[in-house]
Amino acid sequence: MSNLTISDLHVTVETPEGPKQILRGVDLTINSGETHAIMGPNGSGKSTLAYSIAGHPKYQVTQGSVLLDGEEVLEMSVDERARAGLFLAMQYPVEVPGVSVSNFLRTARTAIDGKAPALRQWVGEVREAMDDLRIDPAFAERSVNEGFSGGEKKRHEILQMQLLKPRFAILDETDSGLDVDALRIVSEGVNKARSTTDVGVLLITHYTRILQYIKPDHVHVFVDGKVAEQGGPELAEQLEAEGYDRFLAKA
Amino acid sequence: MTTDTTDSPVETTGLSTDHSRASADAAHSHGVRTSPGTSYADRFASTDPEAFEVPTGREEEWRFTPLRRLRGLLQDAPLRGEGVTADVRGVDGVTVQIVPVAESRRGLSGYVPIDRVSARAWAATEKVMTIDVPAGTEVAEPLVVTLTGDGGSEAVAGHLLVTVGANARASVVVFFEGSATYAENVEIVLGDGAALTFVSYQDWQPDAVHHSNAHAVVGRDAELKHVSVSFGGDLVRHDTTAVYDGPGGSAELLGLYFADAGQHIEHRLFVDHNEPKTRSDVLYKGALQGDGAHSVWIGNVLIRPEAEGIDTYELNRNLVLTDGARADSVPNLEIETGEIEGAGHASATGRFDDEQLFYLRARGIPEEAARRLVLRGFFAEMIGRIGVDVVGERMLAAIEAELEIAMQTAGAEVDA
Ligand SMILES: Nc1ncnc2c1ncn2[C@@H]1O[C@H](COP(=O)(O)OP(=O)(O)OP(=O)(O)O)[C@@H](O)[C@H]1O
Ligand SMILES: [Mg+2]
Repeated sequence: MSNLTISDLHVTVETPEGPKQILRGVDLTINSGETHAIMGPNGSGKSTLAYSIAGHPKYQVTQGSVLLDGEEVLEMSVDERARAGLFLAMQYPVEVPGVSVSNFLRTARTAIDGKAPALRQWVGEVREAMDDLRIDPAFAERSVNEGFSGGEKKRHEILQMQLLKPRFAILDETDSGLDVDALRIVSEGVNKARSTTDVGVLLITHYTRILQYIKPDHVHVFVDGKVAEQGGPELAEQLEAEGYDRFLAKA
Repeated sequence: MTTDTTDSPVETTGLSTDHSRASADAAHSHGVRTSPGTSYADRFASTDPEAFEVPTGREEEWRFTPLRRLRGLLQDAPLRGEGVTADVRGVDGVTVQIVPVAESRRGLSGYVPIDRVSARAWAATEKVMTIDVPAGTEVAEPLVVTLTGDGGSEAVAGHLLVTVGANARASVVVFFEGSATYAENVEIVLGDGAALTFVSYQDWQPDAVHHSNAHAVVGRDAELKHVSVSFGGDLVRHDTTAVYDGPGGSAELLGLYFADAGQHIEHRLFVDHNEPKTRSDVLYKGALQGDGAHSVWIGNVLIRPEAEGIDTYELNRNLVLTDGARADSVPNLEIETGEIEGAGHASATGRFDDEQLFYLRARGIPEEAARRLVLRGFFAEMIGRIGVDVVGERMLAAIEAELEIAMQTAGAEVDA
């Protein structure tokens, strides 16, 4: 049983006019096996939270902590965080020309396990995961994310989640840009990881549709750089019906 | 000029035309061309070294080159006819000969030296290496020639003539090794429907100087893939020209280079679309690391009024890995007809992409390994496009060796 505890997290980004405050004291705890949904208006800082946990150099943490089983994540390098068991499915996955998906996946898994996976078993595992996610085998030889459609990129993110078996996964708008079938397929992929690995999931989304497939235990409303309200799955329904006005007025 | 085209296995009519044009140009534009706006096609050409003034370094075509490091090639440094030995791994169907200039078909391509170094090399050349693929011959295995410099203090002149007859297909790879101050002229002549992959691979010792001017003629519907790979040498300056001798020909000019501290690697290209429905595709990729590493890429493409329906694209990309390295990149497209299929060029020089590194590291891949992946990826497509195994393998090994240097440098920076 692991936990990821975010406390009083303050984050700024550098702008030409000086540092700009984006996160203003985020508090959030996720335990293994739990799924938390974060919903909030555009620009409220959801991706900033995700990237800050992953350690993107663009974001400066000015206050607060992120503990993974009591260990300070903020003191780890980007790759150390991933090896400690954190995973971020990005809203905008990056293209890496000339690096094949299969080479990338194997290199990542080797880095995370500390040793190369047994070849035959690995090949089978990759094939099965790609199959589940309806990713054409030809993608294995394509360059990472290069020329992938929006939906293909998202599937590729979940493929990595399945193969890298993180302890905590942050999914940043993995549902955006997916067609109806893809949404179901990707959701099933996430659910498979949940059921086989006890991963804790932080699901950032704008829509309740994905929450019908991936049932959250908790829903957090994110406004102006912090959590404005918490509740159960019913909170998501309410947000979809009423929008964020109530919270914006309060903020 | 010693030009003899009588026994040519290729169709020569157009070639003689080319030749007279080159001579005519020479007559017209006598004097040193300095204005940067002037077309590359109007370059002054002559076999007489004294017809060229010694450049000052301010001329457009010399402004990037550290002239001092040419070791007097531009002035009067003695030039020997020998000092670079050839080792040939032959293939059936391809004839390789080393023949005295007088007995050679030097000048067959219509090439006339375009600068003082190449004119001096022309004058000093005693023997011509000729590689001939007779018409209709198809050879799958590449012919591999290794030219090794003996490290002598005196500069060496050389001339290579590659002829590929009509509808013949072959690959020719030239590896340069050892050390030399080498001034070279290269002629490549493709007959109608011929296909040639020609690779010039500079794997010199760090103190070598290599000045090379290549002139390729692409016959009707012929396909030239010209590849220049530069890892070694103190100064490498290659000027490659492709012209067409009939419609429908294509020229793919590929280059890969890696400049380390203090190295100067310069590639100058000129594609002269002088025939309709011809194609050219230029892709040069380079990486630079270390203090004073300098690469220069000049990509000139001219589309003449008669060159209707042509298609051209040129791209140069540079990855600058450390401070103190500099990549100059100048694409230049001159279009004299509106009736073209496509014409484009691009040039991009940048550092490691932080977003790419972040993405890889966010999957647990350590920074050093992530850099390796990105760098290998940067060159991966070149290896595929060059498509000659013996070259690809050597390039991979060379890139790994460069990565070792890169990692040591990165380590030193972290330690400091
Ligand atoms: N370099 C920057 N300069 C100025 N503002 C920035 C910069 N980078 C991010 N921001 C701002 O930070 C805020 C939070 O951005 P973030 O991407 O975290 O929002 P989000 O909640 O993920 O939005 P969305 O729902 O649209 O994905 C936005 O207002 C954004 O414009
Ligand atoms: Mg976002």
